[in-house]
Amino acid sequence: MLKKLNEQIKFMIIFIMVLAPAVSIAQTDMDAIMMNKQQFCNGPIYDHSSWDHYWEGTFKRNNENLGTVTTQSVMFMSNYGITDKLNVMAAAPYVWTRASAGTLHGMKGVQDLSVFVKWKPVSKSFGKNKISLFTIGGFSTPLSNYVIDFLPMSIGLGSTNLTARGMVDFKHGRFTVTGSAAYIRRSNVKLDRDSYYDTGLHLTNEIKMPDAAYYQLRTGYRGRYLIAEALLTNWTTLGGFDITKNNMPFPSNRMNATMVGANIKYTLKKFTQLSLLAGGNYTIAGRNMGQSKAFNAGVFYAFYFGKRGKS
Amino acid sequence: MKKIFLFIFSILTGIVVLLSSCSKDLMERTENAPALTPANIDLNAGIWKPILLSGPTEFMVAAPSATNTPDYIAQVNEIKTWQKDLTEEEKSIVKYWSAGAVLRWNEILRELVAKHNLPPYQNADGTYPIPNANNPLAYPQFPFANPPYAARAYAYVSAAEYDALVAAWYYKKLYNRPAPYTVDATVNPLIPKSDLPSYPSEDAVIEGVNTEMLKLLFPGDQDFIQQKAEEHKRARIIAGANVRSDLEAGEALGKLVAQKFVTRARSDRAGAAVGTPAIWTQMEQDCIARGETPWISQESPKRPPMLPLFGKVKTFLFDSLTMVTQIRPGPPPSTSSKQFKDETAEVLYYSQHPTRERKRIIDFWADGVSTLTPPGHWNSIAAEDFIKQNFSEVRWARNMALLNMAMMDAAIVCWDAKYAYFNPRPSQVDPAIKTLTGLPNFPSYVSGHSTFSAAAATVLGHIIPSRATDYNNMAVEAELSRLYGAIHYRSDIEVGFTAGAKVGNYAIQRAITDGAE
Repeated sequence: MLKKLNEQIKFMIIFIMVLAPAVSIAQTDMDAIMMNKQQFCNGPIYDHSSWDHYWEGTFKRNNENLGTVTTQSVMFMSNYGITDKLNVMAAAPYVWTRASAGTLHGMKGVQDLSVFVKWKPVSKSFGKNKISLFTIGGFSTPLSNYVIDFLPMSIGLGSTNLTARGMVDFKHGRFTVTGSAAYIRRSNVKLDRDSYYDTGLHLTNEIKMPDAAYYQLRTGYRGRYLIAEALLTNWTTLGGFDITKNNMPFPSNRMNATMVGANIKYTLKKFTQLSLLAGGNYTIAGRNMGQSKAFNAGVFYAFYFGKRGKS
Repeated sequence: MKKIFLFIFSILTGIVVLLSSCSKDLMERTENAPALTPANIDLNAGIWKPILLSGPTEFMVAAPSATNTPDYIAQVNEIKTWQKDLTEEEKSIVKYWSAGAVLRWNEILRELVAKHNLPPYQNADGTYPIPNANNPLAYPQFPFANPPYAARAYAYVSAAEYDALVAAWYYKKLYNRPAPYTVDATVNPLIPKSDLPSYPSEDAVIEGVNTEMLKLLFPGDQDFIQQKAEEHKRARIIAGANVRSDLEAGEALGKLVAQKFVTRARSDRAGAAVGTPAIWTQMEQDCIARGETPWISQESPKRPPMLPLFGKVKTFLFDSLTMVTQIRPGPPPSTSSKQFKDETAEVLYYSQHPTRERKRIIDFWADGVSTLTPPGHWNSIAAEDFIKQNFSEVRWARNMALLNMAMMDAAIVCWDAKYAYFNPRPSQVDPAIKTLTGLPNFPSYVSGHSTFSAAAATVLGHIIPSRATDYNNMAVEAELSRLYGAIHYRSDIEVGFTAGAKVGNYAIQRAITDGAE
């Protein structure tokens, strides 16, 4: 059995290498996959994201004083099936950043805790087709007092967010299409300094954070053991201002990005507690953000507390 | 199915509406500053010692028409017409400007500095364009309001305001024309009443000084400045604080005094402070000839050093001989000395061991790109304390002038030392040193933040003695922020601090003898 396991891991690694660059992993707030009742699934995910070009407003440029900016994280995720139709999930990453050129010091630390509740109130089958509706509510907040005023080296933006997401999933046999849209309410954030300039001078340490919208369309194969999807994702900040020429980024910039990516999840046939995850994405359009290439990989281990089910 | 869709849709909509309805509006610190109510109107400020003016009567202000003339009565009627039907916007501009003209124009200047504090983006060939005062709107916009530029801007505006107000106070006492609400009891003052004669208007003097000075300092922002000026004058009429002739006489006086400062500014050598490639090379060569490691730009592409000849700019508080003989810091530790190695090792330690508290200090005092600069930060500190002191406008201006002349002279002293010694930054001599704040593009010794902050804390401690210890502690924190940020050696900050304190003492010498104490 161990040999079989090794082969499957090898197979997985090849998958990661071929499809390197995901916005998110299977069984997250972004997908249509539910844990069964009393199933508890968790594990670490490593993410590596880097860019050497970025959009200063709409002007695409590089910066020899940054070189390539790399953000890495290890996130621990947990997902629990309260019922087959109601899941709760939590995650918290440790993040570290680095610039390959220039003098700027990287930053590191525990970033934000996020908790999502995913509810599937509707699921209807029509022959080989099945349509499901989801609503997802999320909350995230910084777990440490990290510096937000040192972008692009900062590990996060520091806001406490509330997310409301609607999602529709259509399944035809093993073929699926999932679309979702979210509104993210972001709290104001505070700087260590007591004044700042965005489009005017503000004599306060508090920044008005624009809210954001998050859209995703994903499609692919959803088998019993293998899930493979292609993703199109868009993050749009609803407000905010552009980085002025040759300025540094600021937390309340109008940060937008459109990304294409792929995700794979593979559950070992002989050992269904274990799933391997991998994904990647690439930013194809953006504003006030880096043009990142990212990939991730993770391992999930499932506990079955109740009657044995399948993830 | 349809019902369920509708149900989910309405839940989501409900959440979104709920989320978006809570206010994110900010409360800024001086937004609700109280209306200026001077503890002392300083009626005799007309005899205070001006900075550039030969005396308060250098510019003539004509006698106003009497308050019983048809001309004056017509002007009072203008106020009454405004006051009949006030909009919320009109009430809000009255409230805004009532906090004080020196305060509000200082905030406007800080905003302009922050807006323009951006280093130019490189040309395609790796060189850098230089902003051009004659073409301020073309990229790179003029000015690049870096710390020396900003220090000079704050000083000129504050000093011109002070001189113009000394002259205004002289004529106020001379002509003794009361405020419109005193002449006509049916005028409703929307600001606290004052016994200060209203001709010429101190608000218009300050507005006139600023519109004139800012043509020179921020020539590309005239629309914004003129809009503020019009709003300011309108606020005074709406408030019943001034009639139009008070404003006209004040504005004219302010502009004339400002022109004298503009003339000084045009010949104070700041215009040539950028230097030339030959001068930049010469400074490097001179440093090598002394047997030291010269400063090299750590930016890529290499950027010319910031304002290498700013040390030659004409000072306000002492002459150039005094600067060179009494204030200029001695040389830094040799780049081949043990002390230099030890100090570099100390910087490396702070680079590699940042704590959250040190990061807070670094960020609080960074005042880097796109901010109001360190001198601007000290203007904020001063202004917010002055609000609580209930100074008259003329005393506000005098104290701001003392503070800002000290910081401009501190900039000159600091820049003189930076380019006399051309000392490398820590991250140049040890690439393992990574910086926790932006690395300034000019030589290390002495630290600008330390020089500015010590000068400012010294002056402010004289103006508000009860806060002297606090100001000193703030200045110490500011200087340490540069060591913690791994961009300065300990010698840079300590010697800069001493030089700044010396400069501050020259401002105190002036304060003791200017007639205001």
